[in-house]
Amino acid sequence: MVLRSTILAVVAVFGVPAGLTLYIFMVEKGVTRLRFTLQKRIRPWLWLTPCLAILSVFLLYPVLNTLVLSFLNNDSTRFIGLQNYVRIFTDREMLIVLRNNAMWLVFFTLVTVTVGLLIAVLTDRVKYEQAAKALIFLPMAISFVAAGVIWKFMYEFRPKGTPQIGTVNAVLTTLSPSFEPQAWLFNPSINNWALIVVGIWIWTGFAMVILSASIKGVPKEIMEAARIDGAGEFQVFFRVTLPIIKPTIVVVTTTLIINVLKIFDIVYVMTNGILRTEVIANRMYKEMFNFMNFGMASTLAVLLLVAIIPVMLLNIKRFGQRGEVQ
Amino acid sequence: MKKRTKFTIVAAAVLVALVFIFAVSPLGRQTICTAGERVPVEGTVSVLAVWGGHELDVFKEMAKPFEKETGINVSYEGTRDINAVLTTRVQAGNPPDIAVLPGPGKMAEFARAGHLVDLSTVFDMERIRADYAKGWLDMGTVGGKLVGVFAKVAIKGLVWYNPHTLEDEGIEIPKDADQMRVISARLARQGKTPWSIGLESGAASGWVGTDWLENIFLRQHGPQKYRDWYEGKLAWTSPEVRETWETWGAIVANPNMVYGGKQYVLSTNFGQAAAPLFMDPPGAYFHMQASFIQSFIKEQFPDLQPGEDFNFFGFPPIHPQYADAVEAAGDLVGMFNDTPQARAFIKYLTTPEAQSYWTSGTGALSANRNVSLVFYPDVLSRNAAQILQKAEIVVFDASDMMPGKMNNAFWSAIMSYVENPARLDSILRNLEQTRRESY
Repeated sequence: MVLRSTILAVVAVFGVPAGLTLYIFMVEKGVTRLRFTLQKRIRPWLWLTPCLAILSVFLLYPVLNTLVLSFLNNDSTRFIGLQNYVRIFTDREMLIVLRNNAMWLVFFTLVTVTVGLLIAVLTDRVKYEQAAKALIFLPMAISFVAAGVIWKFMYEFRPKGTPQIGTVNAVLTTLSPSFEPQAWLFNPSINNWALIVVGIWIWTGFAMVILSASIKGVPKEIMEAARIDGAGEFQVFFRVTLPIIKPTIVVVTTTLIINVLKIFDIVYVMTNGILRTEVIANRMYKEMFNFMNFGMASTLAVLLLVAIIPVMLLNIKRFGQRGEVQ
Repeated sequence: MKKRTKFTIVAAAVLVALVFIFAVSPLGRQTICTAGERVPVEGTVSVLAVWGGHELDVFKEMAKPFEKETGINVSYEGTRDINAVLTTRVQAGNPPDIAVLPGPGKMAEFARAGHLVDLSTVFDMERIRADYAKGWLDMGTVGGKLVGVFAKVAIKGLVWYNPHTLEDEGIEIPKDADQMRVISARLARQGKTPWSIGLESGAASGWVGTDWLENIFLRQHGPQKYRDWYEGKLAWTSPEVRETWETWGAIVANPNMVYGGKQYVLSTNFGQAAAPLFMDPPGAYFHMQASFIQSFIKEQFPDLQPGEDFNFFGFPPIHPQYADAVEAAGDLVGMFNDTPQARAFIKYLTTPEAQSYWTSGTGALSANRNVSLVFYPDVLSRNAAQILQKAEIVVFDASDMMPGKMNNAFWSAIMSYVENPARLDSILRNLEQTRRESY
């Protein structure tokens, strides 16, 4: 077993590059014998072949296989048509899952972009800009799992009248002694919000950094011209800065949407979906590994894929237009 | 100069890569695969289990003499989400050599799929039968093959209390559920919360509640119905199941009965839920939990003396004919890779010597009846071990016996019920639907 994995590792690290080099060498040897015009037409494809082969084995095949599995029953032995899909949109539990993902999608994205933009603008011309930005960006460096654990401590609940050891309840009860301590993660009317806040806390830094870079790229002359023409700071922001950085905002937003659609870690660590906090990715994991329902898990995977495709296309189009994220 | 720097960087990168490869692949170590039954003298056995903290220390201590004697390296990997981690590893064809199994239900799935090694080819079966009562071996047997043995066990449904506070209140240990109810009601009338309950447990939140229901159900309806229940032959909407939920509801859904109200019950980790018993003034007087809570209490309150400062009594009987029923649970261990090292280790794991490390180190109980009571560290674990040995009816944790999906739904139903007890009808209907889908 150990020996086998060692051989595999050696083959993967040295064998694959060596094999590819050999392949290209051989291809070149063969191709140069052909007519020049033919060479030009064939060569790119021959060079692309290994890449396409690897892509189809590791990317295309799993996607197609997942699609097939989604039409089969739990142990993939029987064709059940669209039953899995119908269940997603009719089952009460599943509808809650979809609702939660929608909540995440809207509020997480909206707040993260807005707050990120706000901080980027506000710190743009202050002396301690770097320090402030570093502070906001810091959570980005923590893994989601660690962030989840940290916030679980922050949300810790103790009954009223006993010392509050969770930061959130401690701060709120100190500020207002009449405040009833809350079990933030265990109250279905607020627990989804409590989770979304953690996501925002992590991702705001990302939005801020990219938007800030974009703001720095706004030509000073235009802004000065606007000011000379008598525009106030708000007008400069809304009429000059915002339109210029709009493409970047779109890219940041789409990136966040792609990320939030597959949100998993925070929910898994903090509640694991209890009390109506489940999201699609979390449910998919449960269907797969706890319930062994391959059909349902694949259906959820397909659903996520379908939801992400339009956003991804938009993103790719943007990348193509701009050539880069500013 | 610049070129040189570049070269140095590349060389360093290659060196690091090489070192990494050799570090992760034990090329240097030799694996001696002896034929037949000779004990291997080197190599590694990988173990995947749920133990952490103090339990893990004890496990390592237990493994030490084995490692010293055989030269086999025990490589331990811990997780709290054993179900998912183990399933993934098995699916990927990369299972650990030895693993704690998530429960009898999952064990049966693995066994039927041919992932588990038949342990009767590993053990000296005569010795095993002498060490383990038939009931324990039966629980580890699937289709006539022994595929799981208990590394350690626990009694569920013990009621823990603080003798000092009971004395202050003039409370006698209740002999049955009626007395228990009278005592609880009296305390509640005086504005003192009798019970402390904590349901949070990460990915498995809610299991404490399933223990409550199982213990009540067992004593209300007996082992036969109990079996029907976990085998999926009894509807969740049946009057029996409903009665059990309502019995528990009289405690958990009544803010005068539980410390901290529902928010505390939902959000408190099971390991810390006994703490209100030792507050001054006491936050609560009783705490229902398995025998293993003792190690949590000791960790939290190292000064407390077992037997003097905290103690337990058996779950109060409801119907006299089921008075001697006991619910047990435990960590079943199975073997996924038939290597000489794994064989040697699982054999060692089940010996009274290895088992006595568990019992003396953690106060956990051993299913191995040849572990002398001397190896139980205190009077409480000795009492618990005796209850287990004497019990007329031993049943396994019902939720652990249910299929994965049912078990999961049961856990989250507990949380939903405590959050809003008025929704019992729809909760039971949902559970019933899950039952129809998952058996």
